[in-house]
Amino acid sequence: MKKNLSFATKKFKNFKEKSILIALGGVIGFLNGFFGGGGGMVCVPTLEKVLKLDNKRSHATAIAVIFPLSLISCAVYIFKGAISSLPLLTVGLGVLLGGIVGSIALKVLPSKVVRIIFAFVMLAGGVRLLI
Amino acid sequence: MMIFLQILFGVLGGFFGGLGMGGGTILIPMLTIFLGFDQQLSQGINLLSFLVMALLSIWIHARNGLIATKGILWIILGGVIFAVGGSFLATILPSVILKKCFGAFLCVLSVLEFFKAFPKKKKT
Repeated sequence: MKKNLSFATKKFKNFKEKSILIALGGVIGFLNGFFGGGGGMVCVPTLEKVLKLDNKRSHATAIAVIFPLSLISCAVYIFKGAISSLPLLTVGLGVLLGGIVGSIALKVLPSKVVRIIFAFVMLAGGVRLLI
Repeated sequence: MMIFLQILFGVLGGFFGGLGMGGGTILIPMLTIFLGFDQQLSQGINLLSFLVMALLSIWIHARNGLIATKGILWIILGGVIFAVGGSFLATILPSVILKKCFGAFLCVLSVLEFFKAFPKKKKT
């Protein structure tokens, strides 16, 4: 009887965790699609808190989670004619170059200073877009 | 000149993305503010360039065994459905409205980022 009960609670816990994962996935997908990015901001903490992954693994896994979501979102953006090809090529080329440099710099730069600069730039951008 | 700026902003966005801090949150506002792109175009470009970068990162991380698989299918399941809804909504909204929504989103994220830079309790 006791064994049965624990089995039932385990089953319930499992179900609860799945529901939480699906719901948070929905939030990640919506934000990432609506804002064209930023899904990682919710995905990384989700992986850390719910799936109990360490920081490094969470960051790496988040990319793999967001990839299919972005793929779908891209399809919608293209289908609705929101993307033109010329700026895509030039900006995309830059992103690729910068991305490679950034990944290398990750090992050298002090994260706290970069974080604060990053936060200031984001705040400035956010305020500028709002007004 | 325009092309030069496009590449430059791409590099800056990619740089922060490579640092693992979300390049889009830098790239999208730069494209919209300084180059006058439609908010939807900026976001779409970010999505597409993320895909290319992500392929590279996933390949490298997978080789280092850093990608966990347990449970992530549930997140993806919920995510894919709402990704369609979110993207659709973004493409039908007027660019000016979407721009303001994005601005508010950035403000919230930047506050969270400040908190992350100064953690209250030490994490083990």
